[in-house]
Amino acid sequence: MINTQIAIIGGGPAGLRAALAAAQTGAKVLLLDNSDHLGGQLIKQTHMFFGSQQQFAGSRGIDIATRLATELRQFENVQIMLETTVLGIYEDGVLLAEQDDKVRKIKAERIIVAIGASERMLAFPNNDLPGVYGAGAAQTLMNVHGVRPGHRVLMVGAGNIGLIVTYQMLQAGVQVVGIVEAAPTIGGYLVHAAKVRRAGVPIYTSHTVKEAYGDGAVEGAIIWQLDEKWAPIPGTEQDLAIDVICLAVGLSPLSDLLWQAGCQMTYVPQLGGSVAVRNSLLCTTNQQIYIAGDVAGVEEASSAMVEGQVAGLGAALSLGLGGEQAHAMLADARGQLAALRSGPVGEKIRAGLSLVEKGVTADA
Amino acid sequence: MLKSTGIPTKEDLQKIYPSAERLAKGPVAIIECFQRIPCNPCATACTRGAILPFQDINNQPQLDAEQCTGCALCVASCPGLAVFVVDMTYSEQEALIKLPYEYLPLPRVNTTVKALNRAGEVVGQGTVIRVQTPPAFDRTAVIHLAVAKTVAHEVRNIVVEDEANDA
Ligand SMILES: Cc1cc2nc3c(=O)[nH]c(=O)nc-3n(C[C@H](O)[C@H](O)[C@H](O)COP(=O)(O)OP(=O)(O)OC[C@H]3O[C@@H](n4cnc5c(N)ncnc54)[C@H](O)[C@@H]3O)c2cc1C
Repeated sequence: MINTQIAIIGGGPAGLRAALAAAQTGAKVLLLDNSDHLGGQLIKQTHMFFGSQQQFAGSRGIDIATRLATELRQFENVQIMLETTVLGIYEDGVLLAEQDDKVRKIKAERIIVAIGASERMLAFPNNDLPGVYGAGAAQTLMNVHGVRPGHRVLMVGAGNIGLIVTYQMLQAGVQVVGIVEAAPTIGGYLVHAAKVRRAGVPIYTSHTVKEAYGDGAVEGAIIWQLDEKWAPIPGTEQDLAIDVICLAVGLSPLSDLLWQAGCQMTYVPQLGGSVAVRNSLLCTTNQQIYIAGDVAGVEEASSAMVEGQVAGLGAALSLGLGGEQAHAMLADARGQLAALRSGPVGEKIRAGLSLVEKGVTADA
Repeated sequence: MLKSTGIPTKEDLQKIYPSAERLAKGPVAIIECFQRIPCNPCATACTRGAILPFQDINNQPQLDAEQCTGCALCVASCPGLAVFVVDMTYSEQEALIKLPYEYLPLPRVNTTVKALNRAGEVVGQGTVIRVQTPPAFDRTAVIHLAVAKTVAHEVRNIVVEDEANDA
């Protein structure tokens, strides 16, 4: 049995910042991640990030990951276990984790779940042909492993992920024949859209995939237009010769561990799926368990980092650690979150949070 | 419409474009940022205070065109690659455009490249005058491109023929 004060599951931006904040209060911290590197989604994000200086805006995701991981490794009270998958959280606060084909038991006083989200699938005929990828998977292939996913790509979804992965494909020398988007307008930031548009990639709004075809692998796709009621319009079909279809149709929080731990869960479409009910310090209905980042609601790395800070400080304070300084940092972090979410693009998140944020604590 | 095509319209551009008088005075930043998003590195990067400090991080950048020297620090720092510099005083016939560029290979100085508009269509050609890649620009190159004055307000991208790797 490994004993620790605060166990953090997931070493993405949320988990890294949670670990740093908790470590600064002197807590004994254990950070677990199932991959072989720290950084989560950040390690494939070669583009510059939005936000403000406090969330390293203007820096590239990959560099933010390195920076946070390097900072964290300075702390003697932090232990990092990579290639370790957490399988379950039990009533007595024991985590079961798998590393090197061995199951390990971890006892923690507080647990912060920061495991992120998973990509959604889209239903259309032949979506099981080789050549149909999640956008995140294609991004991992290119930016982590240096492998091009194919030659001619159809991107599905004009949210930020679809737009950014399109851009990174162009950078990798892959041709993107177009982006289809079912909604009548582009969901991602318009600056990202303008960037791929001026590189010659058409954006087909009010369009979707009718079907993919190919003998043993994707050789093409038929797209068609949607009317105002999102019903396909026969006769508008276009046949595109491509070898890759990339799906960027949204993410869903990875909720399994939280369900299993008995946290009260709610389905909130604005946050991407089932998420845990939490208080303003990101503590779930299980007093021992905190959440941060995409698992708490699919959002952005900038807000994931700040949520990590809130959860890390909240967990430490609940153990009597951190004192005045932690309270001050907490107030600052919450101010940053409010600012990040205050604009029109934060509207959906604000609506979603109003449904799951219950029980305001004394720090609110 | 920008929201359905990704291409800013004339009306969008009118809202942010510096005045003809200001353009006639020399290089100035053109900030093609048309949406309220939480982002402010352009203002942080500007050493002259020409991009006014943000009251709210979701605001769109406000340029004090009189303070702007067209130095292009904001061009390299904008995460959306949405800032350009246009110098209508470059020469009799030509304007100089400074644009952000993150593809390889980088263009070589003194070569001619195809010049693209905001829809990715070829609208002419340009001469690469300078390629700036200082460490402070963090891998976003700023390309100085001379183009005919007639297309200076259209050209926003280039195509570099990749001789070594034309597969
Ligand atoms: C293509 C793309 C582009 C993006 N661009 C931007 C951008 O420009 N700006 C921005 O702010 N955001 C961006 N985002 C969003 C951002 O990446 C995410 O919001 C952010 O990474 C969420 O952080 P997180 O720590 O919650 O999760 P993640 O980064 O997903 O990290 C979760 C970690 O948990 C680990 N894990 C999962 N399950 C387990 C388990 N059972 N046991 C142990 N470890 C586990 C995972 O391996 C991973 O390392 C982008 C996302 C994508 C996909």
